[in-house]
Amino acid sequence: MSNSQSAENGTLDSAIPAGPLPEKWTKFKSKAPLINPANKRKYKVIVVGSGLAGGSAAATLSELGYQVKCFCYQDSPRRAHSIAAQGGINAAKNYQNDGDSVWRLFYDTIKGGDFRSREANVHRLAEVSTNIIDQCVAQGVPFAREYGGLLDNRSFGGAQVSRTFYARGQTGQQLLIGCYQALEKEIAKGGVEMFTRTEMQDVVVVDGHAKGIVVRDLVTGEISSHAADCVILATGGYGNVFFLSTNAMGCNVMAAFQATKRGAYFANPCYTQIHPTCIPVSGDYQSKLTLMSESLRNDGRIWVPKSKEDAAAIREGRKTAADVAEDDRDYYLERKYPSFGNLAPRDIASRSAKEACDDGRGVAKTGLGVFLDFRDAINRLGEDTIRARYGNLFQMYEKITGDDPYSVPMKIYPAVHYTMGGLWVDYNLMSNLKGLHVLGEANFSDHGANRLGASALMQGLADGYFVIPSTLPVYLAKETPGKVTQDSPEFAEAEKAVKDRIDKLMSVKGTKSVDSFHRELGLLVWDKCGMSRTKEGLEEALKRIDEIRKDFWENVRIPGSADGINMELEKAARVADFIDFAEVMCYDALDREESCGGHFREEYQFTEADEEVQSGFTNPGEAKRRDREYCYVAAWENNGPGVAPTLHKEHLEFENVELAVRSYK
Amino acid sequence: MEIREKSGNYCLKFYLHGTRLASGFVRNIKQAMVSLIQPVISFWNSSIGKKILVALSGAFLVFFLIGHLAGNLLVFTGRGALNDYAQFLHEMGHGKGVWIFRIGLLVALVLHIAATVALTRQNRSAKGSQYAHNATMRASRSSKIMIWSGLIVLAFLVFHIFHFTIRVNPELADMADPAQPERHDVWGMVIKGFENPLVSLFYIVALTLLCSHLSHGIASMFQTLGLRTGKTKDASKIIGIALAVALWLGFISIPVAVMTGLLKADSSGYSDTKASVIEAQIAKQ
Amino acid sequence: MNLTLKVWRQAGPESEGSMQTIEAEGISEDASFLEMLDVVNERIVEEGGDPIHFDHDCREGICGACSLTINGVPHSKQQGITTCQLHMRKFRDGDTIWIEPFRARAFPVMKDLMVDRSSFDRIIAAGGYIDVRTGSAVDANSVPIPKEDADSAFDSAACIGCGACVAACKNASAMLFVGAKASHLNKLPQGQVQKDERVLGMVRQMDAEGFGNCTNQYECEAVCPKEISADVIGKLNRDYVAATVKEAVK
Ligand SMILES: Cc1cc2nc3c(=O)[nH]c(=O)nc-3n(C[C@H](O)[C@H](O)[C@H](O)COP(=O)(O)OP(=O)(O)OC[C@H]3O[C@@H](n4cnc5c(N)ncnc54)[C@H](O)[C@@H]3O)c2cc1C
Ligand code: HEM
Ligand code: FES
Repeated sequence: MSNSQSAENGTLDSAIPAGPLPEKWTKFKSKAPLINPANKRKYKVIVVGSGLAGGSAAATLSELGYQVKCFCYQDSPRRAHSIAAQGGINAAKNYQNDGDSVWRLFYDTIKGGDFRSREANVHRLAEVSTNIIDQCVAQGVPFAREYGGLLDNRSFGGAQVSRTFYARGQTGQQLLIGCYQALEKEIAKGGVEMFTRTEMQDVVVVDGHAKGIVVRDLVTGEISSHAADCVILATGGYGNVFFLSTNAMGCNVMAAFQATKRGAYFANPCYTQIHPTCIPVSGDYQSKLTLMSESLRNDGRIWVPKSKEDAAAIREGRKTAADVAEDDRDYYLERKYPSFGNLAPRDIASRSAKEACDDGRGVAKTGLGVFLDFRDAINRLGEDTIRARYGNLFQMYEKITGDDPYSVPMKIYPAVHYTMGGLWVDYNLMSNLKGLHVLGEANFSDHGANRLGASALMQGLADGYFVIPSTLPVYLAKETPGKVTQDSPEFAEAEKAVKDRIDKLMSVKGTKSVDSFHRELGLLVWDKCGMSRTKEGLEEALKRIDEIRKDFWENVRIPGSADGINMELEKAARVADFIDFAEVMCYDALDREESCGGHFREEYQFTEADEEVQSGFTNPGEAKRRDREYCYVAAWENNGPGVAPTLHKEHLEFENVELAVRSYK
Repeated sequence: MEIREKSGNYCLKFYLHGTRLASGFVRNIKQAMVSLIQPVISFWNSSIGKKILVALSGAFLVFFLIGHLAGNLLVFTGRGALNDYAQFLHEMGHGKGVWIFRIGLLVALVLHIAATVALTRQNRSAKGSQYAHNATMRASRSSKIMIWSGLIVLAFLVFHIFHFTIRVNPELADMADPAQPERHDVWGMVIKGFENPLVSLFYIVALTLLCSHLSHGIASMFQTLGLRTGKTKDASKIIGIALAVALWLGFISIPVAVMTGLLKADSSGYSDTKASVIEAQIAKQ
Repeated sequence: MNLTLKVWRQAGPESEGSMQTIEAEGISEDASFLEMLDVVNERIVEEGGDPIHFDHDCREGICGACSLTINGVPHSKQQGITTCQLHMRKFRDGDTIWIEPFRARAFPVMKDLMVDRSSFDRIIAAGGYIDVRTGSAVDANSVPIPKEDADSAFDSAACIGCGACVAACKNASAMLFVGAKASHLNKLPQGQVQKDERVLGMVRQMDAEGFGNCTNQYECEAVCPKEISADVIGKLNRDYVAATVKEAVK
C-alpha cells in the first residue's frame, strides 16, 4: 500500500508557448485560435464555482457570447469563499514609483513559491495583474485611495515594494461583489444560467473529453446532469481536509476529486499554506479558525516564556503574561531571524510557533498558542495610533475571545489557510482530461510550493477575466459545438453512479455523526501532514486514513432522506472525498523527500553540518530543498481508494531565474 | 377623363391623408396621454412613489395645521379677532378661496389616507408571518401605531367637521356675533362646544394621538423626501418632536382653557380697545 | 452553561412549522452561537433525530449566509455582528433563547431556519452593477476619486447581503439593501452613466419581489451587521424621484 508507482511524464504536455519568457503571452494571444462571434453562441460552457475565478470566467465568457451555465453550492454566487480574503491583491502597477515591474512581481512570486512553479504561468500572471486592477476599478470596486484621489498601496508579506491594492480589510469581499455584479448582469441578459444550491458530484466524460457534469440539487435532492462543450472547474481549495481551517464550512474537494476519478491528475496536493496569525483553538466544539491580518505582525511582538514552568502557569491561569519578566520572555522570531524579526515569512513564522509549543512553552489553554504582544508598540506609539491601525482587528479579536488586546497580549496560532496544490493544468488551464479546465485555487498552477500574500486573489481573477477567455478557444475551436448531448449513455451512467453513492451513504445508518469523522481525519492530517511531516508519520497516517474510511462507511449516521435539504448528507459526501483525498496528499508528501515552501519534511532541514549554516547564510532547522531531485510537479493519477496513486512528473525548467536558497538572516 | 381621374386620385389622397392625419392625431394624443399617465401610474404603484405622496400630503397637512392653529389661537385675543379671522377666511377670493382650500385639503387627506392604507396593507402582507418572540431595537412607539393614530385622527376629523364646520348641532349653528349679528359667532361656538367635557376629552385624546403621529411623521417626512442626511438627521428628529409637541400644546390649550374656566362664554369676548373700535365703526355707520 | 432553546422547526417550504423546545446542556462559554447549534445537532443526530437546519458558511461575518433571528432580533441584540460572530458568553446560564428564521414573505422558509434569499440576487441583476465589458477598462488611476467619496462608497459596499434588514423590518422592506447598493455605485464617477436606470430597475424589482415599504423606523440600521446607515435610504428616495421625473419627461 505504501509504495506509490511512478510513471515518467510524457503524458503531461504543459503546452507552454515557445519564445522568450516576456513575450510568450503576447505571442500566444496573437496566434491563438479565435472563434467567430456567430459561432461562439453555439458553444455551451459549464462553470462550476462562482468565486473570483468562476464568477469572473462565467461573466466574461458570457460577454463574449458563449452560453454559460454556472453552479455554486451556496444560496447565492456572492457568498463564495473568496469573500473572506482580507489583505489585498497584488499588481505590478508601480503606482508608487518604487521600482516595481512585471518582472519583479514575477520574480517575487516564483521565489515565494520556492521555485516549484512554472515560469511561463507566473510571468503571465504578473503581466495581466495590471489589467485586473483596471477592470475592478471600472466595475466600482472601492479600493483604498490617497487624498489626491489616486489608488493607495501597501506592502504586504515582506515585499520590498508597495504593490498591494486593498479595500480596508475586506478586499476579497469587494472584488467578489464586483465580479458577482458582473455575473448578475450577464444572468439578467440571459447569457448565464445560474444554478445556486447545486453541488457538482461528478464529471461526465465522453470519448475521453469532459462534456458535462452531474449535480445534486441541494433543495430537492434531485440528481441531474448538464451537457456542454467543455467544463470549467473553479471550485476553490481543499483546506477543509484539516477540518479546522480558515476556509468556509462548505469548502470542499469534491468537484476536483471526482474529476480525478475520471482521469484528471491532482498536482502537488501536499503543498498547503499555514497562516501564522490565526486565533487559537479554544475547545473541541470549535468549527473553524479565524484569520487575523498579517499586518498585525508589523507592530506586535511574538513571544513565549523561556521556561516551561511559566508557560504551564499561564495555561492554568496561575500567571498572566504581565507576570513574566522581560528577561524571561523568548521573542523567538527576533532571536532567530534578526533581520526579519516578527515579519519572517509565513511558513517560518508558523513552524517556529509550532516548535515553541511542541517544546511545552505554548500559552493558550490547549497548549497551542503564542503571544502576539502590543505592549511595546502601545508604549511607543500610544494607544490611539494602535487603535487607528488595528482597531477593527482588535475588536474582532475581542468579540471572539473575550480578551482585550489593548491590555493583554493576543494569543495566536497557525492555521491552514490556502492550498497551493490542485488539479494539474497546462498553460491553457486545461487538465490532462481534455475539455476540463481548472481555474483559481482549484488548480495548481501559479504558486508553487508556497503562496505569496495577496497573490491568490490576483490568480483567481487573472484566470477568470483574462486567461481563460483567450485560452479556451484552443480547445473549443477543435470541437464541433453541441457534439455531445445528454442523450449520450455516459450521462445516465454517471447519474446512476452518483445516485448509487448517495444511496450507499444513506444506507449505512450507523451511529456516529459526520463531523466526528471529519474531526478525526482533520486532526490526523494536521498532525502528520501539517506544518511538518516525517516519513513515519505519513506512513502511519496512510494506515489510519484507511481505518477511518472503513469506520466511516460502516458507522456514519445520516438522518432524514436524500430527497430534500439534508445538510448531514451534504457534509457526508464531502467528508467521504476528503478521506480519499487525504490519502493522495500523504502519498505526495511522502514522495517529496525535500522541504520546500509549505511542505516541510523534518528529515530535510539544514543542520550544523551544512556549509550554508557554517557560512552563516542560513540557520539550522531551515527547510532544505533538493532541486536536482525534486524540481518537478507531482501529478497524481487516482487508482481508487486504498490503492496507491500513480505519480506523473512534469519537470520544471528555469531558464530565466536562478534557483536560490532562501536566507532570512 | 385624365383630369378627373387625377382629381379623383387627389381627392382620395387627400381623404386618406386627412384620415391618416386625424387618426395620427388621435394616436398622438393617446400616446401623449399614455406617456404622461404611465409614469404617474408607475410612480403610484411603486413603494417609494406612494411614500413620497404620503410625505407631501403629510407636509401639506402639517402646514395646514400650523396655519389652523395660528388662527385658532386668536380665540385668546377675543371674540372679535377670531370672528374677523373666520369672516376673512369665508370671504377670501369672493368666497371661493375657502373652497379651493377645502378641496386642496380634502385631496391631500384622501391621498394621504389612500396611500397609507394601501402601504399598510402591503406591508402586512410583505411580512407574512410574525415572530413568536418579537422585539425591536430602535423603533419608537409612535412609529408602530401610525395607522391607528392616523385613523383615530380621521375619526376625530369627521366629528370635528360636523361639529364646528357643518355645525349639525343647531345650538352651535345658530350663534350670532353680538356685535355683527349677520355673521356667525365662531368664538362663542368654540367655547360652548368645549364646555361639553366629552367633546373636550375626545379633542384632547385625538390631538395627543396626532402629536404621536407627527412626532414620528415629521422626522420621517425628511427621510422620505431624501432630506435626511448624516448632518440633518438629528435636526430632523428634533424639529419633528418640537413641532409635534408645539402643535399639541397649542391645540389643546383651547379646550383646557375652556375647561379650567380661563375662557368663558359669558364675557363679552371683546377687548377694551377692540370694543371701542367696533363702537366707533357702528357710530360711523 | 445550560440553556433552553425555542427553535422554529419546519420540515419543508410547504409544511407548517412550529416552535420546538430543546435543552442545550454543557455548552462552553467560548463557543460561538453556531458552534452551540453544532453541538446540539451532533447530539440530535446521535439520538437519531433530524438536526436543526440553518444556513452558514464562512463563520466569520462576511459571507452573509448565516441568518437567525435570536430573541426577536436578527443576528441578536449585539450590534455590528452576524450570528456566526455571536459568542455564548453573551448569554447567561439558564437563559431561554428564541431562535427563528429571518421572516419576510419574500424570504420563504425552506427548512427550519433556512430561508430563500434569491430575491436579493434578482434585485442586483435588475441594475446593481456597472456595465463594463472585461478588458475595456481604462487605466485605474485615470479617474481620480476623492478619498471621501471612495470611503463613502465603501461604507455602502460593505453590505453582505444577509437580509437582516428585511428580517428586522416589520414591513419586510429591502430599502437598506437596495439603498446600500445604489449609494455604493451612484457615488462613484463610474456609476453615473447608468444611475437612473439602476435606481428604477432595482426599486421595481424590489417591489415585484414583494418586499414592503420603508416606514423609517430604522430597525434595519440597528441590526445591520455592517452598520450601514439608513442615510442610504434617503438617498435612494431622492434618486428615485429624480430618475422618475427624468424618465417621464424623456
Ligand atoms: C480567510 C482568508 C483570507 C484570505 N486572504 C487573502 C488575501 O488577502 N489575498 C489573497 O490574494 N488571497 C487571500 N486568500 C486566498 C483567496 O481568497 C482564495 O484563494 C481565492 O479567493 C479562491 O478563489 P476561487 O474562486 O478559486 O474559489 P472560491 O472563492 O472558494 O470559490 C469556490 C466556488 O466553487 C463552488 N463550489 C465548490 N465546490 C463545489 C461543488 N462541488 N459544486 C458546485 N459548486 C462548488 C463554491 O460554491 C464557490 O462558488 C484568503 C483566503 C482565506 C480563506
Ligand atoms: C392632520 C392630519 C394628518 C397629518 C398632519 C399627517 C401627517 C403625516 C406625516 C407628516 C407623515 C409622515 C410621512 C412620511 O413618513 O414620509 C404621516 C404618515 C402617516 N400617516 Fe398621517 N397625517 C395625518 C392624518 C392621517 C390619517 C387620517 C391617517 C389615516 C389613515 C394617517 C396615516 C398615516 C400613516 C399610516 C402614516 C405612516 C406612513 C409611514 O410611516 O410610512 N395620517 N402622516
Ligand atoms: S456564516 Fe458567513 S456571515 Fe455568518
